[in-house]
Amino acid sequence: MHDELKNQVGLLLSKQTRLDGRTNEQYREISVEYGVSKNAEGSARVKIGETEVISGVKMEVMKPYSDRPDAGSLMVNVELNPLSSPEFENGPPSILAIELARITDRCIRESKAIDVKKLCIKSGEKMWMVVIDVCTLNDAGNLFDAVALAAVAAVTDAVFPAFDGEIVDYKNKTSDKLPLSKTPVSTTIYKYGDHLLVDPTSDEEKVYDSRMTVGVLEDGSICSLQKGGDDAIEPDIVVKMIELAKVKSQELRKNL
Amino acid sequence: MTYDKRFDGRAFDEMRPMEAKAGVIKRAAGSGWFKIGNTEAYAAVYGPREMFPRFQQNPEKGVLRCFYSMMPFSSAGDRVRPGPSRRSKEISLVTAKALLPVLDLSEYANSVVDIYIELPQTDAGTRCAGICAASIALADAGIPMKDLVCAISAGKVEDKIILDLNYEEDSHEKGVDIPIAMLHNSKKISLMQLDGEISSEEVAQCIEMVKKASDKLFEVQKEALKGRFRVAGDKNA
Repeated sequence: MHDELKNQVGLLLSKQTRLDGRTNEQYREISVEYGVSKNAEGSARVKIGETEVISGVKMEVMKPYSDRPDAGSLMVNVELNPLSSPEFENGPPSILAIELARITDRCIRESKAIDVKKLCIKSGEKMWMVVIDVCTLNDAGNLFDAVALAAVAAVTDAVFPAFDGEIVDYKNKTSDKLPLSKTPVSTTIYKYGDHLLVDPTSDEEKVYDSRMTVGVLEDGSICSLQKGGDDAIEPDIVVKMIELAKVKSQELRKNL
Repeated sequence: MTYDKRFDGRAFDEMRPMEAKAGVIKRAAGSGWFKIGNTEAYAAVYGPREMFPRFQQNPEKGVLRCFYSMMPFSSAGDRVRPGPSRRSKEISLVTAKALLPVLDLSEYANSVVDIYIELPQTDAGTRCAGICAASIALADAGIPMKDLVCAISAGKVEDKIILDLNYEEDSHEKGVDIPIAMLHNSKKISLMQLDGEISSEEVAQCIEMVKKASDKLFEVQKEALKGRFRVAGDKNA
């Protein structure tokens, strides 16, 4: 479908460069800005090159789920706004939006970065439901890393709203931060032929063979994985991809 | 009861601080950003492009579609569920009607111009901010236009006629909110809604207030568009 583009990307990679002149393992410029939406309990804007996303945390008091009466809950949702790309459409969440949300959700949830027990207010009666929404503003490639970084950034920015036991007063924020004990960062490694690279542009995203999204914690341990793309990957390459993700995750984390 | 001093200390005919930019969303054909007080709107224009579903095509001229949406975390209260609601659909409709009078879509038979409006942060006046941003975005996209559309709300709290209501005023028990969109040159009105109770004389006063405000809005929009071309001239020439 994109044969010409694929040949071009391959040709450039064999000459150790890319469409925009970067090296394989080079990210575009990354920036993280906090507190970008005043009504959210926490929010952040992440830019990776021209890719831009905004994330916000909203917290509601709800009844705990019957199978986890002593725990609060956490949810990540991703909105691929049609405003951010001609390829996104209105309507129910696309499969890409769902994959992005699920990967990010796992990265934060399975790392146990947030102690959900501390989100329980009264066992079986009241808990905090934390919803992290990530909205895209401009998709210029690599939403996987941008979305996960924005989600974690918004969580680090979030404080509880005032709660008197009955009603949540969203106008008054407390100084209590969300119970975040670790900061997971998600890094996606793309495979093109024999080359591994990071941070693809929209054009590069159209022609990769396979990808691996790796959630990494501060100490280098892995908290989530997702293999994507059409091609299967040799086991030793998988290991290489994970190792590269560990190195690159430090670079991403520095921006938090 | 009298409303002696506004909640945020503004004069009764004073607008909140405004900022605007053009060309903020690179993937779009044109885009605009407009902020008034704590209400912030992005607008992106895609098209003219082929209209789907095809039965909605107009063989005589292009069609304008608007989609207004608040980001889930943008509101002062609970999370806003993503996806269209009755409210957002109605606002999308009146936004399209507010913009249409300045557009010339006669060259775009069977095509559609889509405008997407997203609000990351809200403090009343969202449909007006969305229209101001969309107007910038349409001009930035190079869609033929006769004029810019300027929108702001006027209204009343207790006994005072006021301009540019914030959330506290909008949700006041004795508050009247009248969002108005005005074509800058002709001063014609392309959007007008009202909720609350008010006399016809007072409505006329509100319109006069918006007339004056539209000149200020226009300046902010114009500067945003000029800024866009300065940057383009410097970097991409």
